[in-house]
Amino acid sequence: MSSKRKCSPLSSIGKKQIMGATGLLLCGFLVTHFVGNCTLFLGPAAFNKYSHALTSNPLIYLAEAALLGLFLAHILMAIKLVIENKKARPVEYHTYIKSGRGGTFASKTMPYTGIIALVFLVIHILGLKFGTQYSTTIDGIEMRDIYKTTIEYFQDPLHIVFYIISMIALGIHTSHGFWSAFQSLGLSHPKYMPKIQLASKLFGLFVVIGFSSLPIFCYLQGGH
Amino acid sequence: MGGNSTDTMSLNLKVWRQKNNKDKGQMVDYKLDGVSPDMSFLEMMDTLNTKLIKEQGDTIAFDHDCREGICGMCSMMINGQAHGPEAETTTCQLHMRKFKTGDTIVVEPWRAKAFPVLKDLMVDRGAFDQIIAAGGYVNVNTGNPQDANAILIGQENAELAMDAAACIGCGACVASCKNASAMLFVSAKISQLALLPQGAVESEARTQAMVAKMDELGFGNCTNEAECEAQCPKGIKIENIARMNREWFKGALGSRN
Ligand code: HEM
Ligand code: SF4
Ligand code: FES
Repeated sequence: MSSKRKCSPLSSIGKKQIMGATGLLLCGFLVTHFVGNCTLFLGPAAFNKYSHALTSNPLIYLAEAALLGLFLAHILMAIKLVIENKKARPVEYHTYIKSGRGGTFASKTMPYTGIIALVFLVIHILGLKFGTQYSTTIDGIEMRDIYKTTIEYFQDPLHIVFYIISMIALGIHTSHGFWSAFQSLGLSHPKYMPKIQLASKLFGLFVVIGFSSLPIFCYLQGGH
Repeated sequence: MGGNSTDTMSLNLKVWRQKNNKDKGQMVDYKLDGVSPDMSFLEMMDTLNTKLIKEQGDTIAFDHDCREGICGMCSMMINGQAHGPEAETTTCQLHMRKFKTGDTIVVEPWRAKAFPVLKDLMVDRGAFDQIIAAGGYVNVNTGNPQDANAILIGQENAELAMDAAACIGCGACVASCKNASAMLFVSAKISQLALLPQGAVESEARTQAMVAKMDELGFGNCTNEAECEAQCPKGIKIENIARMNREWFKGALGSRN
């Protein structure tokens, strides 16, 4: 074997490790985003102050750029992988079934649940971050009343249904993705892998239940 | 054994026929009577071929050799699964008692860009040889033979290396993977060497070289479905793929050699 290194980040394993690393970091983002959003439950002042602290910090641009970079890398790699994998089997089988001992619904639908997450992301940002602007004054500081925007946004049942469907998709995505990332990064051990797989399912469940509780809470704040 | 050989089965077979590498090929229907439940799947195919010879037809080409589950030649996609529906069973070890009279059985070649069909059910698995040639060996500069117990190997690693070495290079992992990825095969070969002191020295360079060759040959990328593990006749575990990923990452960091 040649001693020359051939470890391109775009080799099959390099791509998977980029997928895994960006995917795990995005999981981390989901957790922080959820924890931050829990200030919603504490009322308008807490939520607005949290949002103001976040958006008025100049570091937010760095964080947003990093997040955008993560999403772009994750999505571009996903597109490349899907295209290459289609090409690897140019002639399809007449009959092709799963043994039932391997792939799961979640693992088979990664590209689809990913696309739903992407569509959601765009609509979510347009509807809230770039949604109706109100302002309020708390402790003498004028700031955006994002609480009002959010509550208003989730008075529309259609927005709630779309939100929950998207979170189910993202929950399915991460229920496979979380453990899959460990496997891709080579972090596997027979003793811990079953635990990581369980943690992966729980993470998916957390995404569905945790995030879905937010729009439902908002709806209930609207005087119904 | 032997048992009820009087109850023969009648089967409807749908078999992929393709004259050569250039031919487009198509599924062809055959009816076959008098199949004994004691026959292996390959013996059933032999019976069909005998019938085709009697009818002056062209026999169906398929690979086979040992017929006892150790050579890895018998490659058939049976009813949509590599080596058929039985777990950890090669086509030659699959028995017709697993099927019922009147069943329709679909038989196809492995499908992958890197495994071109040569004729009917026969594919060219030379790509696997090329991957091995790229690094699946140990460069030996040993001198005289070592004393038998000079290099001690822990029980656990010895077992894991033996498990990985059970791979017979059949290609069922590629055939069953939705991405036609060869990662299970390659990782088994990398693991059996990486786990032992003689092979560990070159492990990172070997992994780089074999993975680069695997990519170049047009195999797909693993998406951690574990369908390969489920359909591998030798029960090779995807734990080996994680080990390969780890070796590759260490190599990418350039920590050794
Ligand atoms: C917050 C959002 C997201 C999170 C937390 C996330 C997380 C993950 C994780 C952890 C993996 C596993 C990586 C691996 O197997 O190594 C993964 C895989 C994948 N993601 Fe995402 N993802 C997100 C958004 C998206 C989006 C927007 C798309 C596409 C438009 C997408 C497409 C995919 C695909 C196709 C895979 C499978 C790749 C493969 O296994 O080869 N994901 N994701
Ligand atoms: S890993 Fe299993 S399925 Fe793949 S070539 Fe080896 S024995 Fe066959
Ligand atoms: S013919 Fe040798 S393994 Fe089946």
